[in-house]
Amino acid sequence: MRHHLILRVVTKLLIGPIILFALYVQFHGDFSPGGGFQAGVIMAVAFILYGIVFGLEAAQHVFPAWLVHKLMALGVLIYAGTGVFSLFLGYDFLDYGAFSPHHPSHGQHWGILAVEFGVLVTVTGVMVAIYYAFAMRRPAISDEEW
Amino acid sequence: MIETFINLTLFVMLVATAVAITRMRRLFGVTMMAGVFSLLSAMLFVTLDAVDVAFTEAAVGAGISTVLMLSTLTLTSRIEKPTTRSPMVPLIVTAITGAAIIYGTLDMPNFGDANSPAQVGVAARYMAESPADIGIPNVVTVVLASYRGFDTMGETAVVFTAGAGVLMLISGLRRRRRKDSNKKEETS
Repeated sequence: MRHHLILRVVTKLLIGPIILFALYVQFHGDFSPGGGFQAGVIMAVAFILYGIVFGLEAAQHVFPAWLVHKLMALGVLIYAGTGVFSLFLGYDFLDYGAFSPHHPSHGQHWGILAVEFGVLVTVTGVMVAIYYAFAMRRPAISDEEW
Repeated sequence: MIETFINLTLFVMLVATAVAITRMRRLFGVTMMAGVFSLLSAMLFVTLDAVDVAFTEAAVGAGISTVLMLSTLTLTSRIEKPTTRSPMVPLIVTAITGAAIIYGTLDMPNFGDANSPAQVGVAARYMAESPADIGIPNVVTVVLASYRGFDTMGETAVVFTAGAGVLMLISGLRRRRRKDSNKKEETS
């Protein structure tokens, strides 16, 4: 899409707000609709949009494929690690009270933040990885073909 | 009154989109209509006060799915091939299935029924106790991440497994020990 000047400029303007919105959905999920799943998808959309408009190579330069593949597993590890962490502190698996024994509801806040972050990392990784997997198969079709 | 009207309009548009999808041959248009379908169902979820579900539907169904369908489209042809077979058998099967589903919904509680299983079950306890237990205003987040934390961990694992499956099937990644021969292939 070399000659789509408007698309390129608008994309450059949009990517920042998209990532910001993903972070808002992630960290404001306690108060408003949204959470790790939605934030992960929105975060992935920023990279996918960049890949569509500026080409797959540019996107993979910013967000390399090996990193994406590691993130997929890292998110599940963060989630499960939260549970194992509480296990080691003598609580049940995924009992977030472990994070703040004197103030269980604060512990719940921390725990929810941690597992939601794990969900965000996995979902972002998986969505971008699936996009890369499809986009790497063959060079993009030319604009005239649509 | 106005809500009935909105629901009716959205459902009519939903059905119209579905009919349009079945009648289209150009797959690019079909993909776009599928995105419209997702967006319309997201709006329906909003009118049902299920904003979290609507959010997910709009982001995943209308956003990512459309992109992935378009990526798939680049790997196949752009126009659907016309079928030579008679559409009667699929039509009858679909009609029977649809009738069975409608028959099944007759037993469902009415919309907003206070005695429906969704209201009298464990949800009431979550609503009553979550402010004291956890103190997060969005009960959906509380249920997902705390009360049903095991479920969500399973879901995350499912997302990971799905991604890993797609990577194994189509990414073209090979085993590491054959890296050198791969490089030769790429350069040739």
